[in-house]
Amino acid sequence: MSTVIENHHDDHHHGPAKGITRWLYTTNHKDIGTLYLWFSFAMFLIGGAMAMVIRAELFQPGMQIVEPEFYNQMITLHGLIMIFGGVMPAFVGLANWLVPMMIGAPDMALPRMNNLSFWILPFAFFVLLSSLFMEGGAPNFGWTFYAPLSTTYAPPSVTFFIFSVHIMGASSIMGSINVVVTIMNMRAPGISLMKMPLFVWSWLITAYLLIAVMPVLAGAVTMMLMDIHFGTSFFNAAGGGDPVLFQHIFWFFGHPEVYIMILPAFGIVSHIIETFSRKKLFGYSSMVWAMLSIAILSFVVWAHHMFTVGMPLAAEIFFMWATMLIAVPTGVKVFNWVATMFRGSITFETPMLFAVSFVVLFTIGGLSGLMLAIVPADFQYHDTYFVVAHFHYVLVPGAIFSIMAAVYYWIPKWCGNMYDERLGKLHFWLSFIGVNVTFFPQHFIGLAGMPRRYPDYALQFADWNMVSSVGAFLFGFSQLLFLFIVIKTVMGGKKATDQVWEGAKGLEWTVASPAPYHTFSTPPKVD
Amino acid sequence: MIYKLFNSIKGRLLLPSLMLTTTPIKADWFALNMTRGVTDVSNEVFELHMLIFWICVAIGIVVFSVMFYSMWAHTKKKNPEPAKFHENHKLEIAWTIIPFLILIAMAVPASKTLVKIYDDEAGDVNIQVTGYQWKWQYRYLEDDISFFSNLSTDLDEIYNLVPKGENYLQEVDEMVVIPVGKKVRFLITANDVIHSWWMPAFAIKQDAIPGFVNTAWTIVDKPGIYRGKCTELCGKNHGFMPIVVKVVEQEEYDQWVNDKKQAAIRLAELTTKEWSTAELMERGETVYDVNCVACHQTEGQGIAGIFPALAGSEIALYEKDKHIEILMEGVSGAAMNSFDYLSEVELAAVITYTRQAWGNAENGDGEIVIPKDIVDYKEPKI
Repeated sequence: MSTVIENHHDDHHHGPAKGITRWLYTTNHKDIGTLYLWFSFAMFLIGGAMAMVIRAELFQPGMQIVEPEFYNQMITLHGLIMIFGGVMPAFVGLANWLVPMMIGAPDMALPRMNNLSFWILPFAFFVLLSSLFMEGGAPNFGWTFYAPLSTTYAPPSVTFFIFSVHIMGASSIMGSINVVVTIMNMRAPGISLMKMPLFVWSWLITAYLLIAVMPVLAGAVTMMLMDIHFGTSFFNAAGGGDPVLFQHIFWFFGHPEVYIMILPAFGIVSHIIETFSRKKLFGYSSMVWAMLSIAILSFVVWAHHMFTVGMPLAAEIFFMWATMLIAVPTGVKVFNWVATMFRGSITFETPMLFAVSFVVLFTIGGLSGLMLAIVPADFQYHDTYFVVAHFHYVLVPGAIFSIMAAVYYWIPKWCGNMYDERLGKLHFWLSFIGVNVTFFPQHFIGLAGMPRRYPDYALQFADWNMVSSVGAFLFGFSQLLFLFIVIKTVMGGKKATDQVWEGAKGLEWTVASPAPYHTFSTPPKVD
Repeated sequence: MIYKLFNSIKGRLLLPSLMLTTTPIKADWFALNMTRGVTDVSNEVFELHMLIFWICVAIGIVVFSVMFYSMWAHTKKKNPEPAKFHENHKLEIAWTIIPFLILIAMAVPASKTLVKIYDDEAGDVNIQVTGYQWKWQYRYLEDDISFFSNLSTDLDEIYNLVPKGENYLQEVDEMVVIPVGKKVRFLITANDVIHSWWMPAFAIKQDAIPGFVNTAWTIVDKPGIYRGKCTELCGKNHGFMPIVVKVVEQEEYDQWVNDKKQAAIRLAELTTKEWSTAELMERGETVYDVNCVACHQTEGQGIAGIFPALAGSEIALYEKDKHIEILMEGVSGAAMNSFDYLSEVELAAVITYTRQAWGNAENGDGEIVIPKDIVDYKEPKI
């Protein structure tokens, strides 16, 4: 392999361009992956700063720091930025870096579209964030933007929000088409579908989900646009429209969206647990089938977000049972990870710490999800902090921990240097403690009766809110350590070997560290 | 916006207000779980919650103990040579089927309880609940009683200028009163955006949606005062529209109904009374503080870009008829809804107030509106 790489070193036509144009005009999957990852990190910090504002306001009962209007803008932007700017682009960045290397392809199938799908994203978020400075303030109706609060009663900046969602959607659709085309057409000879690395599988399924549901979101915001500016009444009851229709459309997008944010994490965690257990992944094919079943089921469970809208009994029962069914394939995945570790030969480097805590904390989030599926109990849980605790458990120590695990796991391959293991572990423990101190008490606050999206609360919720805020500050500031570790690793450090991890398997570990600008210009041999 | 944010930060830091938040917050470290509530259904829901909770705990213990065992026993140090197995069909079939059976064991009782909750037969008392930004209206369908229920916590408590009371943010100016042991049905809807009527003690949470009427029912066994909240984001004062239900014995309930009816008659009499500007202003200010101040603000200045100012507005200065029309009909496509549910006296008073206050009387024609004007406005439509 190393001879191939040296050949490329001499070939100046194919090296990276110099200066800013390298990044603006790049069609290289690794450059674009890097852009996506840095962009998502920037968004993670902005969305995180908003979370800090939220938790600071909730530190004590009473209004202290911001007014309720601004508080609502914070919760809305925090959600939108973390989902569309933080988690999703991070996974797209990982797909860009890893999918071609894992399947032995020279690049993504559609490199120019790849460039476009990244470079429209900063504009989308520029538009969204600029709404903070507009008259009437930023969108203030929650990331779920239920009509008519987001139409008739919305601030004027809602139009910019709609435009921004359209751009994000276009970016996601292009990114997903690229992933699908790459995986379907550019696998090295010998890599059949059932031999693909699980991260590639998870992204193939995710990409199909995105292609299926992003247009639905686009439809929803377009109907809002029509209601606001062109006199239609899709969601306006006074004009014969139906506010509940909005929720059906939104969650038909929204529920698969939830799995879009967790399936790639499943892929990542499977690789990491396999590597650091030094044992072949248990139940590869059941992992694939589990992901496929979760993806298919995700289209028939959307109304479990709407148990209190007054659906007919039959619908409530159907959506309850269908939702509970998802626990079966999800359980299979968790059992497989545990079985992979069982009688392995385990070491706990930083990526493994994140992956193991992913399994534990994601399972806690999954179990509270199961509780939420029980309709009569959901009447008590719905729209309380119990729900906030649930989805933060699957998103923060779920999706975000998997992204951090992935960064620690593959960064030696990306930049050729090992990260500082001591600092990595410190970052893990601070994050792990922070995330649990933040979100575990929110289960209590929710069960005790505090609704979500409240800028102020009754006195009986004061204690645990304060604990939760302290945890949030700890978690928030620990991420600056992450930034420092990443920069330190990019700048220098102990040189990584090509193999990097003793137990790592897969084509990406056969190329040099750092991975040369172009890899697999000729397909590798796979048996 | 940043300026406003900065100002509010500066305001809070410079004023000693933060120091004043020495409200003795009663420690409630034990508010960890759902409460049982006071109805059959709420008890059943609580049992169901505990059942699935313990099942989840059991699953967690089994899975995590195997995992923690491997983490402890199968480290590289203790087990340098990893095992080779990577599938086991019997095991895989078992851990697919067993969870499936556990799920059925949870879903069956849940479905049964749900069927019980889904009963929309009429109650002994039927109350229409309407969500407004940001208050609840209750209409007793049999007795023709109707009133609004607003948050009664003082703004100074919210802004930490005075210590917070025991029922901070959970108290209202007028409670819903229902009789004990009778079937009460709530017909829940909304006037503007979606709200959600949640009474944890009855295990009722139903969205209040404009254009829809959702139903929920309860039979409460124990007299008392029960507190709930709005649980669907409905705008800036979403956190400030609590629900308080007072459950009383039948006799006390009948007395209350009677009193409410008498009060309605007295209010109707006020319509024909001669009103002075000062009287209208005084009453108008109260109406304004309850219904208008959230959007149009204390000095009638509104909020730029969302809620128009009333101070200096052309309509408040010169166009009396238009002014009445806006309150009666609302403004289509905007947050301003019709307020025709207020009484003639309240409407006349609040219109007069907004035409007189904040220098509007001096800057405009200063015309006042009397209850009869509102009656006249309504006349031709009937």
